[in-house]
Amino acid sequence: MTYTRRDALVVGAGGLAVLAMTRAAWAVTADEAIAEFTGGAAMGEGGITLTAPEIAENGNVVPVEVDAAGAAEILVLAPGNPSATICTVAFGPAAGSQRLSTRIRLAKSQDVTAVAKMADGSFVSTSQPVKVTVGGCGG
Amino acid sequence: MADAKPRVKAPASAAAGEPFAIKTLISHEMESGQRKDGDGNLIPQKIINRFTCDFNGTNVVDMTLSGGVSANPYIEFDAMIDQAGELKFTWYDDDGSVYEDAKTIDLA
Repeated sequence: MTYTRRDALVVGAGGLAVLAMTRAAWAVTADEAIAEFTGGAAMGEGGITLTAPEIAENGNVVPVEVDAAGAAEILVLAPGNPSATICTVAFGPAAGSQRLSTRIRLAKSQDVTAVAKMADGSFVSTSQPVKVTVGGCGG
Repeated sequence: MADAKPRVKAPASAAAGEPFAIKTLISHEMESGQRKDGDGNLIPQKIINRFTCDFNGTNVVDMTLSGGVSANPYIEFDAMIDQAGELKFTWYDDDGSVYEDAKTIDLA
């Protein structure tokens, strides 16, 4: 079979469409991630603390700590990353407090955001700006 | 990385009803799936996608991780016990591997 110009165009368009779809699949935006987590519920404030450095010299390793007393589940987001969702953590009955400390990657300077689902089903969020000197998502 | 080495720091004993910190670290490259190799091809994602800690079968934390977590994921959290028992830590790799560690803990 010989490829005509039309064939090539069709194949090319198909390839682009697939590329666009896969890109959309992993490039979850922060808004989408929050909507999925909260189910569109209203967001309150207070009762959640996010501790992150003001300036992160290395975006590959940024220590963050999130603390929300009475939370059932916490979602941590980096809206400026190619994929915004960093992690979600659910606290079980044997948890001593609703606190989690970890290290995350940040692609660029942005407002790191945490959303907590409280035991009563309400949601609260907070965010903290972090300046990143060297981005941490490769390239 | 062929073998991910988990490390856990937990007290040998704790008072009942008193929260205490547990620190965990596992050696893992957490390949995010965003990076490209020298030829411009995407390196496939290979991360720890889930971490759980249980105390005598009761869940302490259940965490879902993404490529946005740094290499060698460090996780620190608090647990609370009312009896002696065993803390069980489990990490789930994208390739299906499961890494485990356990610590016995006494009542103080």
